[in-house]
Amino acid sequence: MNFQQIILTLQNFWAEQKCVVVQPYDVEKGAGTLNPMTFLRSIGPEPWNVAYVEPSRRPADGRYGENPNRLYQHHQFQVIMKPSPDNIQELYLESLKRLGVDPLEHDIRFVEDNWEHPGLGAWGLGWEVWLDGMEVTQFTYFQQVGGIETNPVAVEITYGLERLASYIQAKENVFELEWVDGITYGDVFLQPEYEHSKYTFETSDVPMLFQLFNTYEEEARKTMDQNLVFPAYDYVLKCSHTFNLLDARGAISVTERTGYITRVRNLSRQIAATYLAEREKLGFPMLKKGDV
Amino acid sequence: MTRDLLLEIGMEEVPARFLRSSMDQLKDRVMKWLSEARIEFGEVEAYATPRRIAVLIHQVAEKQQDINEEVKGPSRKIALDDSGNWSKAALGFARSQGVDPEQFYFKELSGVEYIYANKSSAGVETASVLSEGLMHCISSMNFPKNMRWGAYDFKFVRPIRWMVALFGTDIIPLEICGVTASNVTRGHRFLGQETVVSEPTEYVAKLREQFVVADLEEREQLILAQINALADEKQWKIAIKEDLLEEVLFLVEYPNVLFGTFDPSFLEIPQEVLITSMREHQRYFPVLDASGQLLPFFVTVRNGNRHAIDTVAKGNEKVLRARLSDAKFFYDEDQNFPIADALAKLETIVFHEELGTVGDKVRRIRAISDKLAARMQADADTSKLVSRTADICKFDLVTQMVYEFPELQGVMGEDYARKAGEPVQVAAAINEHYQPRFSGDHSPASLIGAIVSIADKMDTIVGCFSIGIIPTGSADPYALRRQAAGIVQIILDHKLPINLTELFDMAMDIHGSAQLLKRNRDEIRIDLCDFFALRVKNVFTDKVRYDVVDAVMASGFDHLVSVVARGTQLMKVVSEQSDFKVTIESFNRVSNLASKADSIEINASKFVESVEHDLFNQHQAVHAKYHEALQAGDMAAALEQLSGLQDAITAYFDKVMVMAEDADVRANRLAQLHAIAEDLKLFADFSKIVWA
Repeated sequence: MNFQQIILTLQNFWAEQKCVVVQPYDVEKGAGTLNPMTFLRSIGPEPWNVAYVEPSRRPADGRYGENPNRLYQHHQFQVIMKPSPDNIQELYLESLKRLGVDPLEHDIRFVEDNWEHPGLGAWGLGWEVWLDGMEVTQFTYFQQVGGIETNPVAVEITYGLERLASYIQAKENVFELEWVDGITYGDVFLQPEYEHSKYTFETSDVPMLFQLFNTYEEEARKTMDQNLVFPAYDYVLKCSHTFNLLDARGAISVTERTGYITRVRNLSRQIAATYLAEREKLGFPMLKKGDV
Repeated sequence: MTRDLLLEIGMEEVPARFLRSSMDQLKDRVMKWLSEARIEFGEVEAYATPRRIAVLIHQVAEKQQDINEEVKGPSRKIALDDSGNWSKAALGFARSQGVDPEQFYFKELSGVEYIYANKSSAGVETASVLSEGLMHCISSMNFPKNMRWGAYDFKFVRPIRWMVALFGTDIIPLEICGVTASNVTRGHRFLGQETVVSEPTEYVAKLREQFVVADLEEREQLILAQINALADEKQWKIAIKEDLLEEVLFLVEYPNVLFGTFDPSFLEIPQEVLITSMREHQRYFPVLDASGQLLPFFVTVRNGNRHAIDTVAKGNEKVLRARLSDAKFFYDEDQNFPIADALAKLETIVFHEELGTVGDKVRRIRAISDKLAARMQADADTSKLVSRTADICKFDLVTQMVYEFPELQGVMGEDYARKAGEPVQVAAAINEHYQPRFSGDHSPASLIGAIVSIADKMDTIVGCFSIGIIPTGSADPYALRRQAAGIVQIILDHKLPINLTELFDMAMDIHGSAQLLKRNRDEIRIDLCDFFALRVKNVFTDKVRYDVVDAVMASGFDHLVSVVARGTQLMKVVSEQSDFKVTIESFNRVSNLASKADSIEINASKFVESVEHDLFNQHQAVHAKYHEALQAGDMAAALEQLSGLQDAITAYFDKVMVMAEDADVRANRLAQLHAIAEDLKLFADFSKIVWA
């Protein structure tokens, strides 16, 4: 099964489970969790089921395309279901079967792994899913998002697509994965991997990045004062990515680090609270009658 | 009449580290509830797998025991009002006990009349109270980490997905978070199916049919037997670490052991790295040859049968290959990272907000180490090595390998320092300065390692105490207790002739000159003494009786080698010499009277009785030898010298009335006793010894 088929299969499967299949969000981010379709929509009483691919940028993980397992940008397949269905583990295992992973041929385990994102004021409990010893999925019941207790609880399933594909296609090197017939992952992503790594570690304009961080932060704050949650959140994402670039460059000392994370967290918390208030003003439109 | 009782809570995979305690908790809660509900029961068994905890209780009575007891109420005076009717208090008592006031009778107790009643009620059917009782047992459970799920307002360790609750063959009605108890359990997630448990004692057998080994011991034996068989077959030594075995035990319902291999070229990486990667990341058991050398194999336990086990092995090999490639990458990269650059980077890492960077800490370690080396009269070469070790002891903290595997701090430092051409003593001491790493670990082997280890630990302790971080109860975030115990252990193992207070002062001087002392020096010193006193007491543990420990500690524990030697010797004498009690009694008489002394001047010309001269001469004879023995640390000889005073003391008290009327005579006698008491005090406060 090629990379593209893996994505299509997962999309179809979760669409069958009544998930809204949306497209990747167009602002740089480190993980699918930061997509507003997850971060914001996990908050509040409205039911929400969504699935999407998320290209995720981790500047510090860039290796110039030379490491077979580490990438500046990798792909996650993200599923959110709120409230978490009672048979969610069975649904997940069914999705693996669709990908051709027969549990009887493998060793599949749910190994405790709790998730915390201080920058988002978010944490949850769950597992990493092991496929013959390889972590292929993160499985998390959100307990708190943006400093707000989740109620009902959303469950997040994050497939690591490259890892899953390298297992399914029995490839050692991520760049040798088959994206579609005749086109490899390397054909599509090797050059950007190299260039982004070089930019991140060698040529990025550090003073400009610091200035950007401050500018984005200020704009986020101003926008939030207008109760415009979604645009304000876009600027928080930009802050977060800019911080990641600076961090990867080694431009932020350990002491300063906490300060920057706290700044991003304060913004996230404020946005989460404003989002909830705005949805309430709208009367939580996605709540069906009788759900309240 | 009895029936068996089964309660199984089926969940999504529970964290391995919580399972055993969760199982015990369920068992304890159900047993406690049954006892409180006056329901008799027989043997109790408990089970746990990643997806379930269960308790099986044999021979549970079908009826509660009847209550038949006499209860005592208020006194007659209070129970009756002025007109002889039952007072409010009496009626309240009747209500609370569920008895009719008609049934009250009076009885006298210690001269006062009270109302009494016979309370009796017939026990109800167990079946009628089980639902409520078991619901209470489940909902009152607590875990180190709780979670919510779905839209339920309920917290548990992981979501509950099914329950089996049987009393005999009857299903006990229970409902939690949309889950209704039944007699249907679930087998292994992939190999098994749902299955009916028609009565409690079938439980284990029914699960086994569905590829679940519910019994912990049976599962552990299965794992061990397979590992041992593999070891025998391959002539391997498979290193089984207890905590890893425990974790694996709770990661599988149906264990099957398999092995895999990795490229022998990875064996260039230090063994510790490979073993840590296999154990911590992958939960594999490492494989060694007969001489303890690591072999390029690993052993893991599948949660399943042996079908397609080669696929599983291959998959695991692939994962390990990626991990070890990472480790190899870090190892190579780290060696291209000069120690000087690493040290520069330490300047940017905060040790503690109020105590500066790790770079600052390293400079303090160096300063304390140098002072300590000088105090130990280390030779020039050793002193140089101590300085170098102190300067670079933390450099590996900023290497990629230690970032990835924090538990390898020191281990990597030694390896990299050796490769970078540092003297071998320095390399070894970098690793040693973290020792002892845990209770029961050994001390640094070299004096260099011992000195830097003490300096590092004392710096942390004094720094924390000076900014008010003092361990209380279970709160000890910087592991100061372990570090203090480490210092005590090192001083004793190396028999270092140094006082604790000297160490406190060395560290406080250095913090003081860096303006890091936020509290008054004397206050800090008092806190440090109290803190170390407990660590020193722990050294004696069960070898020396607590009263003996108190006795020698009262004479000071500043010099650790001395206090331990005094304690050990005193314990020996107290337990072996039955007549030593008399000796100590004579000591105590001396000390008691000596406390009344005003003057310390002894004037032999004022002695009246010959026994006074005898005691004086005897003490003169003992005094010098006693001090010599103390100095030499020969506590057996010291105590023997003191004991040599006993006859003279006894004779003295037989003849002499110390509190004589003549003030001069009295003062002179008290001064004599004071002089002896002063010597006794150097060894122990003998009055603390308790005789059975």
